[in-house]
Amino acid sequence: MAERVLMKGNEAIAEAAIRAGCRHYFGYPITPQTEVAAYMAKRMPKIGGVFLQAESEIASINMVYGAAAAGMRVMTSSSSPGISLKGEGLSYIAGSDVPAFVVNVQRGGPGLGGIQPSQSDYFQATRGGGHGDYHMIVLAPASVQEMASLTVRGFNLADRYLMTAMILADGTIGQMMEPITFEDVEVETFEKPWALTGTKMQRNHNIVNSLYLKPDELERKNFERYERYRVVEENEVLYEEYQMHDAEICVVAFGIASRVARNAVVSARKEGIRVGLIRPITLWPFPSRVLRQAAEQVRHFVCVELNMGQMIEDVRLATGCIRPVSLCNRTGGMIPSPEQVLQSIREARKGGN
Amino acid sequence: MDHKRVTLFAGHYGSGKTNIAVNYALLLSRDGKKTAIADLDIVNPYFRTRDSASELEAAGVDLISPQFANSNVDLPALPAEAYRLVEDRSLFAVMDIGGDDRGAYALGRYAPFILEEGNYRMAFVANPCRPLTKTPEEALEVMREIEAAGGVPFTAIVNNANLAHETTAETVLAAIPYMEKLSQLSGLPVWMTAAEESVAAELAGRIPSLLPMKLQKKYFDLPEQKGPPKARPLFG
Repeated sequence: MAERVLMKGNEAIAEAAIRAGCRHYFGYPITPQTEVAAYMAKRMPKIGGVFLQAESEIASINMVYGAAAAGMRVMTSSSSPGISLKGEGLSYIAGSDVPAFVVNVQRGGPGLGGIQPSQSDYFQATRGGGHGDYHMIVLAPASVQEMASLTVRGFNLADRYLMTAMILADGTIGQMMEPITFEDVEVETFEKPWALTGTKMQRNHNIVNSLYLKPDELERKNFERYERYRVVEENEVLYEEYQMHDAEICVVAFGIASRVARNAVVSARKEGIRVGLIRPITLWPFPSRVLRQAAEQVRHFVCVELNMGQMIEDVRLATGCIRPVSLCNRTGGMIPSPEQVLQSIREARKGGN
Repeated sequence: MDHKRVTLFAGHYGSGKTNIAVNYALLLSRDGKKTAIADLDIVNPYFRTRDSASELEAAGVDLISPQFANSNVDLPALPAEAYRLVEDRSLFAVMDIGGDDRGAYALGRYAPFILEEGNYRMAFVANPCRPLTKTPEEALEVMREIEAAGGVPFTAIVNNANLAHETTAETVLAAIPYMEKLSQLSGLPVWMTAAEESVAAELAGRIPSLLPMKLQKKYFDLPEQKGPPKARPLFG
């Protein structure tokens, strides 16, 4: 049996990032993700890496941009309001086609909001977050083990597709502790001939830039980028199905909400309700195809979210609205109880909304 | 198990201080002591002593926690009421100190009173399954940092070896050499071993001075996860 350690979700991200070859961390503290920075502050100096607490979130994301352009595996982490501040940098990184790894351990919003768990940055994450046409790969862990494994996967995907991979977690997964292992972690390495590493007078200059003043050139860049996104959508969708084989009701939930939903599915099955769960693991690319297929099988969808209903829009788009989709939600740092989800499942069976 | 008038639990963050402090306070109360517990954790805004408020209240344990604990206000303020623990010597007091040296700074303001009275036990909670305290040497380093920040020297060690819901009797027994080494390095006794009650039942008679603990159920617990690790994890 692989060695197991007891870790907080936030620590698991930091340790997994180090194991993935990240030696550059730039951040600014904010609850509930501070343990990522604290862990990096302790470990990076011991392994010859860089931990830098910048003067602001804006500075830290631009340091990420710089290190990424130099071909380094680099990351930053924050929580909701801090990610908004990083929005400009995220757009520049996308416009320059460099790989970066970003963590959002969400808290309740909008504004300064609160410090308790939330999933209300779903729109922001899956639609890019900053200005312009672009996407980030968005990974939604539901356990501390996944905080680690999706972190390594995120670094690999970012390098492969030259884009930002984001972990979209929430305060609970960041703070909770579970036993995990790092032994099945698979780190891939990539050549980066485009990186700014100095020409040594032996090659032409590389340029990393997001400014294209000629509209036809900018348009061509955008079309090319979306060709790459299409490959991501084709190859990198991740999801988990639970009890879907004979389901007539499908609960859709990601992250911490999916754990509550899973307990509710178990209870509903005991009442004889044929209900299953689809848990998107990648939020972009969204598992649209599997939801479209589920719509052929089930009569009703129930989305469980810690927000006012954001992923529900992707479920409706994916299913072409051929089945009713209802929402079971709490916000502001509150979490739906398994009983609340069970009640929504019962109502769905009666055919209500 | 002998009890001091003031018992403090400190250690690396995530080592299990809060669960032990709550269960120890309940034990004191069952032993007929007039007991109060104070949450001095100004670092961690999640999973607090207050989560056990109803059990503590039912057992007649007085709970003193920061005014803003479990609220949405991220304000590291300590309750004035916590002075009662050092001033009212008719009480048995349990103090749950925040993680690492940063958490222990809060202890500093009570340290002179605790040292002056001299009837205290400062317990270092150790869990070798935590990656930053995997060796006794690393644990000793954390101990020294906490002492420097909090101003109260440790007097005892608590074996809290655990892997959350995957903990078995083996997990606890395998930690004994670690605890002995830490004891040797620090010159302090291993005062007790804390374990979830079903694990503690297995350990009964095999390990001295056991504290069986009832752990809080959480909304994200998955019953299927309980027990040794599965061949294929539920997630990940």
